[in-house]
Amino acid sequence: MRYLAILLLWLSLAIPVAALDLPALRGHVNDYAGMLSPERAAALEQQLRSFELSDSTQIVVLTVPTLGGENLEEFSIKVAESWKIGQKGVDNGVILLVARSERKVRIEVGRGLEGKLTDLVSGRIIRADIAPQFKTGNFDGGITAGVNALMAVVKGEYSAPARDLHQGRKGAPPLLTLLFFLAVAAVFAGSFSRYFAGTVAAAGLPMIAWLTVPGLAVAILAGLAVVGFFLGLLLAFLFGGGGGGGGHFGGGFLGGGFYGGDSGGGDFGGFSGGGGDFGGGGASGDW
Amino acid sequence: MKRFLLLILSLLSFSLLGGCGYNTMQAAEEAVFAAWGDVEASYQRRTDLIPNLVEVVKGYAKHEADTLQAVTEARAKVGSLQASKQLVNDPQAFARFQQSQGELSGALSRLMVVVERYPDLKANQNFLDLQNQLEGTENRINVARVRYNKAVQDFNTSIRTFPNSLTNSLLLHLSRKEPFKAEEGAKTAPKVKF
Repeated sequence: MRYLAILLLWLSLAIPVAALDLPALRGHVNDYAGMLSPERAAALEQQLRSFELSDSTQIVVLTVPTLGGENLEEFSIKVAESWKIGQKGVDNGVILLVARSERKVRIEVGRGLEGKLTDLVSGRIIRADIAPQFKTGNFDGGITAGVNALMAVVKGEYSAPARDLHQGRKGAPPLLTLLFFLAVAAVFAGSFSRYFAGTVAAAGLPMIAWLTVPGLAVAILAGLAVVGFFLGLLLAFLFGGGGGGGGHFGGGFLGGGFYGGDSGGGDFGGFSGGGGDFGGGGASGDW
Repeated sequence: MKRFLLLILSLLSFSLLGGCGYNTMQAAEEAVFAAWGDVEASYQRRTDLIPNLVEVVKGYAKHEADTLQAVTEARAKVGSLQASKQLVNDPQAFARFQQSQGELSGALSRLMVVVERYPDLKANQNFLDLQNQLEGTENRINVARVRYNKAVQDFNTSIRTFPNSLTNSLLLHLSRKEPFKAEEGAKTAPKVKF
């Protein structure tokens, strides 16, 4: 038993150390070296996010304070392999890596973009757009110029399948999960009171609509609220007959429904690589 | 009835074959071939780049005929070797392949050191582009080699462990594949500092 405890201790020690090796993917802009001003970083994040929505191509910026003695190219491919930037199958990811204290830049190009963004073109972007600005200490300008040049080169190479990216890549659209969750919540609320169920549905339905299609007109949302209210009443009427038993049934389902809704909704805010593959293409440079 | 039994038996044998690694070993071997294809393609890419590089350097560095000659010769030697899928099953041919590619890497890195003495050349846009391409290619070679070695390791492990080893000796007769060994010259890309 004691050996088991020691083994567990070892395992728990080993996991965080292994995870520390590579920086975590936080978003499109991962400024670990603090080289970008907050406004610039936010603007870039916004720009890259909308680029991903329109083109499906993922461009990610990573700055690190130091490589810790590691080879730039080896570090870069390790990051690429673990982040898996780019969509699965088309491999359209790009990582712009900056190592501050080594004064080195690398553009790591996914296999699917090697045709447009060749080593030659990547090298030119580093030499012409990034390095000159870095030399004057203008990191905001250099990274922005680099990202803009990258986007200009790969623009139109791929396009996003309609709305698929926004709704996560797990296959099943979260819309259904959310609706199911709402229905379960309404039934559960209906075990207290039918009007409560109606209220829940009246609030939930427009919210789901707004999450799925952002920027819907207020009139439509209001209409959906009315529809939701009556649907909620209907659901409570259909499932609420059993009194206490019905409540129990609803409660039992709530756990599963909530779990489903949670995993479906998790994709809205988060960002992750789509499973893109890298073969070591790209270019390195310094300033 | 007999047909039915036969069907059951064949189904059973399928599931047995699945359990004894018949399929996994073949899949692992295919993975090795695929990784080898990548290695070959990146080496080929380098071979294709060299004439352009030599041409550009020649224009600026006429006195480095020896170094250029060495690169051209090493490239010719690489070109004369038939690199094919069969190579991964033949340790001797594999060693020859690795050695000649290693010589080419050595000759190239000497050339990249020599060009340091020619500031005009280093400012040449053509040369800078070629240098980027060469570095990129060397990096691809590294990546492809690492992945190939990984695939080979998986495959070699899979044919040596039980019960796969039994299946292999009875049915498949797959042989061990050669991994790349680390060597100076080919291991690190020729780095040119400006």
